[in-house]
Amino acid sequence: MADLALNMATRTLPLSGVHGGSSVARLEPASPAARLSLRARSEDVAALSTALGIALPVKPKTSASSHGRTALWLGPDEWLVIDEGQGGLLQAANDCAAPHSATDVSHRNTAILVSGPGAAMAINSGCPLDLSLKAFPVGACSRTLFGKIEVVLLRTAEDAFRVEVWRSFSDYAFGLLSEGARDAAL
Amino acid sequence: MSASENSGGFRIKGAGRHTPARTARFTFDGKSYTALEGDTVASALLAHGVHLVGRSFKYHRPRGILTSGPEEPNALLDVSRDAARRQPNVRATVQEVFDGAKIASQNRWPSLTFDVGGFNDVLSPFFAAGFYYKTFMWPREAWHRLYEPIIRRAAGLGEAPKEVDPDHYASRFAHCDVLIAGAGVAGLTAALSAASTGANVFLVDEQPEVGGALHYDAATTIDGQNGYDWAQSAAARLKAMPNVTLLTRTTVFGYYNHGFIGLAERVTDHMARPGRDLPRERLWQVRTKKVVIATGSIERHMVFANNDRPGIMLASAARSFLNHHGVAVGRNVGVYTAHDSAYEAAFDLKRAGVSIAAIVDCRADPGAAVLEEARALGIDVLTGHSVTDTAGRLRIKSMTVVRNGGSDTRKIKVDALLMSAGWTPSVHLFSQSRGKLRFDDSNQRFLPDIYAQNCVSVGGCNGTDDIAELIEEASAAGGGSVSVTAANRFEWTGGMIGAAEGAGPDTAVKAFVDFQHDVTAKDIRLAVREGMHSIEHIKRFTTNGMASDQGKLSNMHGLAIAAEMLGRPIPQVGLTTFRAPYTPVTYGTLVAHSRDDLFDPARKTPMHALQAAAGAEFEDVGNWKRAWYFPKRGEDMHAAVNRECRTVREIGGVFDASTLGKIEVVGPDAAQFLNLLYTNAWDTLKPGKSRYGIMTREDGFIYDDGVVGRLAEDRFHVTTTTGGAPRVLHHMEDYLQTEFPHLKVWLTSTTEQWAVIAVQGPKAREIIAPLVEGLDISNEAFPHMSVSECSVMGVPARLFRMSFTGELGFEVNVPADYGPAVWTAIRDRAEALGACLYGTETMHVLRAEKGYIIVGQDTDGTVTPEDAGLSWAVSKKKTDFVGIRGLQRPDLVRGGRKQLVGLKTKDPRDVLEEGAQIVADPNQPKPMTMLGHVTSSYWSENCGRSIAMALVAGGKARMGETLYVPMADRTIAVEVSDMVFFDKEGGRING
Repeated sequence: MADLALNMATRTLPLSGVHGGSSVARLEPASPAARLSLRARSEDVAALSTALGIALPVKPKTSASSHGRTALWLGPDEWLVIDEGQGGLLQAANDCAAPHSATDVSHRNTAILVSGPGAAMAINSGCPLDLSLKAFPVGACSRTLFGKIEVVLLRTAEDAFRVEVWRSFSDYAFGLLSEGARDAAL
Repeated sequence: MSASENSGGFRIKGAGRHTPARTARFTFDGKSYTALEGDTVASALLAHGVHLVGRSFKYHRPRGILTSGPEEPNALLDVSRDAARRQPNVRATVQEVFDGAKIASQNRWPSLTFDVGGFNDVLSPFFAAGFYYKTFMWPREAWHRLYEPIIRRAAGLGEAPKEVDPDHYASRFAHCDVLIAGAGVAGLTAALSAASTGANVFLVDEQPEVGGALHYDAATTIDGQNGYDWAQSAAARLKAMPNVTLLTRTTVFGYYNHGFIGLAERVTDHMARPGRDLPRERLWQVRTKKVVIATGSIERHMVFANNDRPGIMLASAARSFLNHHGVAVGRNVGVYTAHDSAYEAAFDLKRAGVSIAAIVDCRADPGAAVLEEARALGIDVLTGHSVTDTAGRLRIKSMTVVRNGGSDTRKIKVDALLMSAGWTPSVHLFSQSRGKLRFDDSNQRFLPDIYAQNCVSVGGCNGTDDIAELIEEASAAGGGSVSVTAANRFEWTGGMIGAAEGAGPDTAVKAFVDFQHDVTAKDIRLAVREGMHSIEHIKRFTTNGMASDQGKLSNMHGLAIAAEMLGRPIPQVGLTTFRAPYTPVTYGTLVAHSRDDLFDPARKTPMHALQAAAGAEFEDVGNWKRAWYFPKRGEDMHAAVNRECRTVREIGGVFDASTLGKIEVVGPDAAQFLNLLYTNAWDTLKPGKSRYGIMTREDGFIYDDGVVGRLAEDRFHVTTTTGGAPRVLHHMEDYLQTEFPHLKVWLTSTTEQWAVIAVQGPKAREIIAPLVEGLDISNEAFPHMSVSECSVMGVPARLFRMSFTGELGFEVNVPADYGPAVWTAIRDRAEALGACLYGTETMHVLRAEKGYIIVGQDTDGTVTPEDAGLSWAVSKKKTDFVGIRGLQRPDLVRGGRKQLVGLKTKDPRDVLEEGAQIVADPNQPKPMTMLGHVTSSYWSENCGRSIAMALVAGGKARMGETLYVPMADRTIAVEVSDMVFFDKEGGRING
């Protein structure tokens, strides 16, 4: 039955085929990425930073990016690390001797990219955060509420955000963002 | 006929701010009218001489338009575009006319002019305050026959539409530095000042245009121009500034903690043909650093006999209708006042050519300036006089005037009567912010005193009457500076609260205090006489101020009348607290996007679409949609489940278990942590093995269960029930952070990382074997309760050998995106071998055949592991775990506790009802002694009989006993058995 085993499984993305948004806020599903939920104590941050090749941020609501990897501060001992480039993310963490937890959540999360002059207003249809550039500059991130669900928000440019969401909530997130994008265009 | 005549015979040429050529058609009670764009329903009707617009709430008295603003208690109408877009209880003074509007009066039958309910007015002695409280006490039976079906229906106002709301509603969160409520002179000045500092400013006003009091006050000049024109140019300047958001038609309805403000923006209600993309209304939730309250003040009516006839209205309202809408409210108008401001209404009308019958002023000494102007205009002023009655059935015809203290009355013919008892500062938002008020004795009004939040009241709502002071105050409140020069024509003096002459305690006249709830001065006095001494009690007894207008007109009068009766100063009687919303907010706005698909997230597994395509019926488990059963053509649920149950045991079945909660527990102290959280031991579990675990709470009762696999020394894969996933993670995190912070271990939810495909049945191994690489899954190499990482269809996978059916079983975990591909391959293999897809119903039956419990169905938060027959899963060696002490409590170890057992009905075809009670003797007198209840019950096709599980007192000692389940129509005899109904030896699991 080797022929069956050779039949490699293909991926079906949670938001495959959806598109939407408005003239001021474009919505598109992000490409698949490797993601790590990283947990460690403060004394081990330096060692893990070296292992991952990225300085893990220690200030609330900040992120750091390097060579296609982005580390988002989610809590005093918690980061979401997203790798859109080189790969080997989990292995890099596992190779670090410092005590930590690195758990693959690449398929748990999916992401929606929101961009355009009305991006912040579209997100503010369901998110109570202050998304002005002063309060939430480029690179800022937060695990927050969007309507009735939890999302991780990352500002990737002045008018662009990445909305990380658990996969089964992605339909809801896309639906509410569509409503927000429509209203932002009015 | 010219356009202006067409839009109503009471239009005054040259008056008002609307364009005569721009008209809109609408109907009122079926009759067609023409309005001008910018009219409210009230001004449009008044332009045609229509004053009678409704019947009152309790006495069904004919009522007209009392105000020109959101405080309107009388003119509540039904406004619609079409059948589904119909809104009851709309204030005619707020709703703008749009072309095609269908408007109808309410609370009348068969017609507005002849209303059967008007009989209530005759019966009014029986409907005095407290009528409801007293009447509804007895007899009980009357609740069903009289009170609920008849009296309460008759008491309601308006009728809600039954159709689904076809409009959509939007929602926005926003942040700002300063939010200013109200865009009159004070609000605009504060906004100009705040904006000049570069601050982020929200300026919000409920009217279609800015201006506030300048809508009616045509005599004020600001910066050398007419006040209203200055307001529009100030608004234009503000709109052009990038740091200013100016929202009109938007009500600040709530002022909550920490500068959190609720706004309701009415987007399309004024439009004839709104664009489809436009939301009807938009909810704004704004967090602001500072609030400037510039909400002005509201004029009060005079409290005298029959002060509620159509044609009687506030003086400022008549000025609004004239100066803003160009409408005269009558041709021969009387004025009854205790305040100078009403004189200006008379002056404006007089200059517009309307005859003023008389100004009746209850004061002996009105302001000198207004008296002089009245004389100059030739208006008759009766100082020291009062209006003690009115006449006219559907419209006022005359007023009865008497010298104060005198007895000679005379009737003066009028077709409208304007009244003013002075002005009540709008302290609603200040009160909502939890600010404390003080009583300004000299002006008989409550004013802001102690602030609870970062806000400041300016202008009329702060009792600042002088316009120069007002501007200075507003400019300072904005935090910057702005130069505005303004002048009033007259200074205003006067004001009164309470009942006027002829409506005192010695009378029985109907002098209305609260128009919307039909509360009279007499009712308030009755409340005091019946023993209500606190304003809170008086309010509830009389319902004064409890209508949707929240007593904007009535509160001060009611308070003054109560205080007089009690012989106590007003501040000692107290003021009731204003609550959000300031004015009613539609449900649609509050709900905003949360409807239809966005009402609640519907969580779907990666294989959802494939299961739907296979014909699955789904059931809701928490927010998840789970495949319930897979009916084939012609099968009902029963037939489908029987087939699925048989097929799984005979051949095999494939089940989507993705929704089971999964938590990755990682760290050097992971085993130690699980030892503390579960009743069993985990340090003895070897990597590559898994174990069923029970989690108890501190009190010893079962909290959750699931299989835990050890992947490595420092890594466990924990599974939880579907519904329990979030709370189990929180429970674990809670203990980790508060009780065991010394442990180096971390928890990560991986529920959605993995698609989980359960393959169960004798052919389970044969089904998956060709797809698995890098692992020997023979019974010898990979026995029951093994776990391993491997590769499935080239994808990194976690394979569990486990079973919730009692059959040989595997659970294939693959990264979720690969779920559909792997499911498809497994399904094809399974179906080729004669196996089937099965859903949660079959899963439930199969596990019950084996006596496996479901936490939350067979347990209810009061069941210990011992009660559930799971004491083997409680470690006897461990010295600590959550619940170890709870389990020693005397009540948890006593005999006779309810224990989980099996039940077999004597007639194998009888299927018990879940939840049914169990007794020992069905013939005992009621109430019977209940021994317990049925927790799970199914028809088992595999056993050829019904099976059930039940919690029964002392259950384990009752094996073989006959007990009874009394039902409504019969009693079912059952035999107590153990819980394993199928494959008692348990050999199949090791196949």
